[in-house]
Amino acid sequence: MFMQQMVNGFSLGSMYALIAIGYTMVYGVLRLINFAHGDIMMVGGFLGFFGMEVLGLPFVAAVLLAIVGAALLGMASDRVAYRPLREAPKISLLITAIGVSFFLENAFNVFFGGVPRAFPVPAYLEVMVEFFGLMMPMSAVIVPIMTAFLLSVILWILFKTKYGMAIRALAFDVSTVNLMGIDANRVITLVFGMGSALAAVGGIFWAVNYPSVEPMMGVLVGLKAFAAAVVGGIGSVGGAVLGGLIIGFTEVVVIAFFPELGGYKDAFAFIFLILILLFKPTGILGIDFEKSRF
Amino acid sequence: MILKRVGFKMQAMKHKDFIIKLSMILGTVWFIWFANGHFDEYTVRILNNIAIFVILAVSYNLINGVTGQFSLEPNGFVAIGAYVTALLLISPDAKSYQYAIADPYPFVMTLQSNFVVALLLSGFLAALLALVLSFPVFRVRGDYLAIVTLGFGFIIKILAINHPEVTNGSLGLNDIPEFSNLYWTGGLAIVAVVVVLNIVNSKFGRAMKAVRDDEDAAIAMGVNTFKAKTLAFCTSAFFEGLGGGLLAALLTSISPDLFDFFFTFQLLIIIVLGGLGSTTGAIIGTVLVMGGSEWMRFLDEPMNLFGYETTAMPGMRMVVFSLVLIFIMLFAREGVMGKRELTDLFKSRKKGGK
Repeated sequence: MFMQQMVNGFSLGSMYALIAIGYTMVYGVLRLINFAHGDIMMVGGFLGFFGMEVLGLPFVAAVLLAIVGAALLGMASDRVAYRPLREAPKISLLITAIGVSFFLENAFNVFFGGVPRAFPVPAYLEVMVEFFGLMMPMSAVIVPIMTAFLLSVILWILFKTKYGMAIRALAFDVSTVNLMGIDANRVITLVFGMGSALAAVGGIFWAVNYPSVEPMMGVLVGLKAFAAAVVGGIGSVGGAVLGGLIIGFTEVVVIAFFPELGGYKDAFAFIFLILILLFKPTGILGIDFEKSRF
Repeated sequence: MILKRVGFKMQAMKHKDFIIKLSMILGTVWFIWFANGHFDEYTVRILNNIAIFVILAVSYNLINGVTGQFSLEPNGFVAIGAYVTALLLISPDAKSYQYAIADPYPFVMTLQSNFVVALLLSGFLAALLALVLSFPVFRVRGDYLAIVTLGFGFIIKILAINHPEVTNGSLGLNDIPEFSNLYWTGGLAIVAVVVVLNIVNSKFGRAMKAVRDDEDAAIAMGVNTFKAKTLAFCTSAFFEGLGGGLLAALLTSISPDLFDFFFTFQLLIIIVLGGLGSTTGAIIGTVLVMGGSEWMRFLDEPMNLFGYETTAMPGMRMVVFSLVLIFIMLFAREGVMGKRELTDLFKSRKKGGK
C-alpha cells in the first residue's frame, strides 16, 4: 500500500516536474511568470487527442505532433505577444501573459466545447505490469522514465552545448549577452520552444492518466507546477524537478493517509509556496536573482 | 511681486480643482437620484453593477496601477465580503431551510446584523486577510504576488466548497435580502473614489508611485516600501470586501462559482483599458467594459454571417476580451487615460512645468 502510493506520487510529481521546467527556464531568461504555460500544456494534450482521433495517427506519432505543435505555439506566443514588450515595464508583460492564457482557454472552449473528452489511451499503456511485487499500469512506469530521459536531454543541452551556454549566460546578464554578439531573441525563442515541448509531453501524460482532455485542464496544473518551480528554486532546472516531486508526493501521500483532507488537495501546493516564501524565498536549490541588484 | 502672483495663481488653481471635483460629485449624486426615479429596471440593474465595479476597479487600480504590484486577488476578497455580508443578512428563518448539504454550525444561525455593520465587517475582514498575506508575498519582489494571490483566489473557492456547514458548499447561499440599491452602490462608489484619490494624492500615495516607478530608488530615498505596498494592498482589499458585500445584497444569491478567476480578469481588463494608475481611467474603463459586455451579448448567440448560420458560441465574448487585452498591451499600453486624471485635462499645458 505504502509503496503503491510512492509510485503514484512519483508519477504525479514527474508530470508537475515536466511542466515546472518550462516555467523555471522562461523565468530564468525573461524574469516572466509565463501564465500561458499551463495552457500550452493543455494544447499539447488536445493535439495528441486530435492526432489520434481525427488523423488516426499511432500514439507515438501523435505525441511527436503534440511536441512540435506546442513548441511552435510557445515560440509564436513569444514572438507575437512577449517580444514587442521586452523594454516595457514588467507588469505589461505579465498582463499580456494573462491575456494569452485566457485567450487559449476560451478559444478552445468556444471551438471545441468545455466538456471533457475521453482520451484514447493505447492499450499497451494500460497493461498492468508487476514491478518489485507491485501491480501498476504501464503508464506509471513510463512517465518517470520519460521524465528522467527528457531531464537528462535538457541538462545535456544546457551544460554541454553552445546554445545551453547562451541560455545560461542570458539568465545571468541580458545586456552583456547582447554585447558578446549573441542574438538574445533567438535564445529566448529556443527556451520557449524547449519549455513548451516539455509541457506538451506533460499534457499528454496528464491526458493518459486521467483519460480525458478539456480546455481548463491547464489552469490548476499550471499553477501547481509554478508553485513547484518556486519551491525548488526558480531558475534552476534541478530545483523544478525536485519541487515537482515534492508537491506530487505530498498530494498523493496526504490524501492516501488522511482521506478527509481530499477536498483540499489543490491547496497544498499553495501552502508550500507560502511557507517557502516566508522562510526561504529563493527556494531549495534557488539562485538569488534579487541579490545581484543590491 | 512675481512670487505673490504665482502664489495667487496656485490658489486659484486649487480653487478650480475643488470646484471641478465638487461639481463632479454633485453631478453624480443628481444622476443617481434621476436614474433611480426615471430609468427602467434593467438599466438601473446595469447601473448598480457599474457602481459596484467602480468601487472594485478603483481599489484594484490602487494596488495594480498606482503601486505597480501585480495582484490577482480581487475574486478572493470579493468572495469573503460577499459571504460575510450574506451570512450576516440572511434571516435565521431563511437559514434554517437552505442548508441542504450539511447542518450549519450553531454560530452561523446566530449571526445577524444590519446592512452597515455587515458591509464594514466584510471590508475589515478582507483587509485583515490582506495584512496577513502581505508578510509572505512582499518578502519577494513583484511578480510572486501575482501567483500567490491567484492561488489564494483558488483556495478561497476550495474553502467555500468544502465548508458546507458555513457556506452551504457549491449550492451557495440564497435569499439574501436585497438591500443594495442605487443610493447604496452609487453613494459608496463616490466614497471609494474620494478615499482612493485622497490616498493617491497624499504622502502615502507618493510613496506608492515611487515603489511603482523604481523600487530601488525608493528604498534609497528612505521610503518604507513594505509599508507603502501593505497599505495599498489592505486598502484595496477593504473596498473589494465592501464591494463583495454590496454585490451579495444586489444579486440575493451567491455561490463559489461566481468568484472564479474570470471575475479578476474582468477587473484587470477594466483598469488596463482605462489606463493603469488613473482613477478616472478605472471609472471610464468600468463603463466601457460593463457596457461593452452587455452590448457584445450578441456574440454568444447564433449569428447570420453573410448568409452562413453559425451556432451559438457561449464564451465568444471572453475570446474577444482577451484579444482586446493583448491588443491594448501591445499597441496602446497607456489605455484611455494613461496615468492622467480628469483634473489634469483641465490644466493648461502651454505654461510648461507642473
